[in-house]
Amino acid sequence: MANFSKSNVPRFSVEVYQNEYLPEGGREVNAIVTVTSTGGGTTGGVPLAGASLSPSSIPGRAPTAAVVIMVDCSGSMDYPPTKMRNARDATAAAIDTLRDGVAFAVVAGTHVAAEVYPGGGRLAIADARTRAQAKDALRRLSAGGGTAIGTWLRLTDRLLNSAGVPIRHGILLTDGRNEHEAPEDLRAALDACAGRFTCDARGVGTDWEVKEVTAVASALLGTADIVADPAGLAADFTRMMENAMGKEVADVALRLWTPVGAEIVFVKQVAPAVEELTDRRTEAGPRAGDYPTGSWGDESRDYHVCVRVPQAGIGQEMLAARVSLILPDPAGGTAGPPAQGLVRAVWTEDMAASTSINPQVAHYTGQAELAHVIQQGLDARKSGDFDGATAKLGRAVQLAAASGNADTAKLLSKVVDVVDAATGTVRLKAKVAEADEMTLETRSTKTVRVKK
Amino acid sequence: MSQMHQLSACPGCEEPLESGDLFCGVCGYDLSAVPPPPQDRPTIAVGSPAGGTAWPAAGGGRPPMGEPPAIRFDTPATDSGDFELPAPAPAPEPVPEPDPVPASGPVPASGPVPASGPGPASGPGPVPASPEPAGQAPLGGSAPDPRAGGLTPAPPAGTRLCVACRAGRVDPDGYCENCGHAQPRERDHMEEELGSVAAVSDRGLRHHRNEDAFAVSSTALPDGSPAVVAIVCDGVSSATRPDEASAAAAAAANESLLRALPRGTHPQAAMHEAIVAAAAAVNALADDDGQGATDHDPHHQPHRNAPACTLVGAVVAGGLLVVGWVGDSRAYWVPDDRGAPPARLTEDDSWAAQMVAAGLMNEAEAYADERAHAITGWLGADAYELDPHTAAFKPDRPGVVVVCTDGLWNYAEGARDMARVVPPDAADRPLHSAQVLVGHALDGGGHDNVTVAVLPFAMAPEGAVSA
Repeated sequence: MANFSKSNVPRFSVEVYQNEYLPEGGREVNAIVTVTSTGGGTTGGVPLAGASLSPSSIPGRAPTAAVVIMVDCSGSMDYPPTKMRNARDATAAAIDTLRDGVAFAVVAGTHVAAEVYPGGGRLAIADARTRAQAKDALRRLSAGGGTAIGTWLRLTDRLLNSAGVPIRHGILLTDGRNEHEAPEDLRAALDACAGRFTCDARGVGTDWEVKEVTAVASALLGTADIVADPAGLAADFTRMMENAMGKEVADVALRLWTPVGAEIVFVKQVAPAVEELTDRRTEAGPRAGDYPTGSWGDESRDYHVCVRVPQAGIGQEMLAARVSLILPDPAGGTAGPPAQGLVRAVWTEDMAASTSINPQVAHYTGQAELAHVIQQGLDARKSGDFDGATAKLGRAVQLAAASGNADTAKLLSKVVDVVDAATGTVRLKAKVAEADEMTLETRSTKTVRVKK
Repeated sequence: MSQMHQLSACPGCEEPLESGDLFCGVCGYDLSAVPPPPQDRPTIAVGSPAGGTAWPAAGGGRPPMGEPPAIRFDTPATDSGDFELPAPAPAPEPVPEPDPVPASGPVPASGPVPASGPGPASGPGPVPASPEPAGQAPLGGSAPDPRAGGLTPAPPAGTRLCVACRAGRVDPDGYCENCGHAQPRERDHMEEELGSVAAVSDRGLRHHRNEDAFAVSSTALPDGSPAVVAIVCDGVSSATRPDEASAAAAAAANESLLRALPRGTHPQAAMHEAIVAAAAAVNALADDDGQGATDHDPHHQPHRNAPACTLVGAVVAGGLLVVGWVGDSRAYWVPDDRGAPPARLTEDDSWAAQMVAAGLMNEAEAYADERAHAITGWLGADAYELDPHTAAFKPDRPGVVVVCTDGLWNYAEGARDMARVVPPDAADRPLHSAQVLVGHALDGGGHDNVTVAVLPFAMAPEGAVSA
């Protein structure tokens, strides 16, 4: 019998992988921090479909999760007309995936944002009746108007934060460029929404701007992807919603303490995808800062932390960083002792020890470079610098092959002809499908974990 | 009540110190582990002038040098029977006239620091054979007190201040909350004196932690005569958790001897059992390791790079001197009468020693090879097979056994070199002697952890040898 009064906040664990040995005069300390959360006895990592015992589904209790789906209804969604129909079907599939008790709403996005369901600035509580009503309301969706994503996000923010629900998530679907507001407006909307809800973003077709969609996902700590064929939308929406339903705790921060005189070179998430966090620090007491990580279900993520410490003599040891996880106060719950890991620096004259690179650090350094050179290569290609593009994408092919990132290697092979993956010898393809190039760009930050 | 540091004031904040302080009570300055300026290291001073001035008789040790060494246990003494330390052949000339010049020769270090020498050597007036062994308990026992007590700079009682920046508190993990520096750990410097035996272990100057360990103890044989034990272990740095391996091995061997000796087990058999027990204790660590790591790395091989260490032990009981070892930690015999030749009692399990033993290389060639110090025997789950060496001796004169890791013998390799740095009053002041020997290694560069036990061997009063 499940104990409903017990907190379902997942348990976090932190593991640090590093080579702590530095040579004389060495200052830079690199570490991979693996954070794993295991659920509080709810899903066990299996995405839920339909009924469950999750706290958000307990009848008569306040919901703990809320989701708002933003559907692009701009005029372009009618070209071809299947796009609008597929978007409608996908949204319906996502609604079907909502667990009972989850608060939700549907927003239609054009150059303005409009509530489709339930309306009145409120959220509906998912059950059989509201799900049917919502799907019914989807029929009223029609294409027409422009695209101003910032307005959609601001409305979503108002809706999600009206209910006092801890886990707040958005799902955004767009098919075109953000043409009806200034880039600054979108930037301002993202800044305003960051930390208030998380959001997955999807581009359907090939007329949208990769950097806009990835910027939304990045700022709101969600995933970005392309759904080139509108027919694939329903499956993708279902998956996204299942993932959202698996989240059990929101607003988790990675806290980094560093000693006096140390500076943080960078902090980034490196798995499952590369996400730069260095500039998102908020100070948290003396020499400590918090980096946002969004909401967590049963999952594991890796972070690469690089700290520059003051040098010390051979035989000295110091703590270069203390990594801990900060969870929102679980009302009445027991979060247990905070999970933490230590990043150390030890100066040694043993060259074998100080010159070896930790395999995890090496791997993720390569994965981050992979994401970077793909971006550079595609940018060079767009600007007509074919030599530069060949060099960068060749390096990407080499890195993807060496690290076993098969998905990215496959995407690369649709943009370049691989002559020799080991040396990174490639030729640019003369003709590249736009969808393939956009897929590569959107998914370039996806990483794989260290080969076992 | 360590006699090691005879500073009158803290080098950090000038606060007057009391003898025996391991840390400055005001600023927390670590008086042992942080290498102080030369004049703060009395071990230099104590060691060298002792050799140069207060030890004229030592010159007597040199004349026999030209002759073939009377005692060198070069032949592997593997579980062999007892053999007596023969009365040294050069006995006729045991006390040739004292010759201070050659005496100072072998201790070049005395040159640079003669001024500071006499002070510490005489000033401290260390009580020979400290009457309160309890006070010599490992550093950890006494360390918290000086840190916590009598702090003027306002932190709440009970907080520890960082010894490096003296501003931050020390967190539960042992790092400063301000500058992050690791705090001296209990094992960085340990001393213990127990009746007539004493040991000192130090992190050294170039290693970040102390992976050596020791145990000293005494018990009684069934006939009521005393039995004194010293065990020294050196963790293998290239293995995982070498510090745990050495600690486990030293403790297990010691306990095994304390069980076996009072039951009347022959000391040599008891030493053999003790090494087997120590090996089992180290092997058990590898099993722990396997469970902890499987989670993240399915291909983890628990026995690969398993915790490992060397061991050398000595027992003085019933008129016998028994040594046992695995690896390259050593025991030396240094007679009180320095005219008598000293001896190395152990034969390294090392590449160089094997080469020499097999006749493939001469000693000079073998030790010049970069593989010279690779050990060929150790305690640990990945050892090929456990081959404990033991040997028993029946010395015909009093002396001390120096039981040590290579952190010391790298700076005094030959038996005569070792005898030269052992203070003449070692039998009476074993703790002081162990401190001096550790100081000798630190003066030489302290490149490794240093651990030394000094175990006096007194001639049994007539009739006491029941054998």
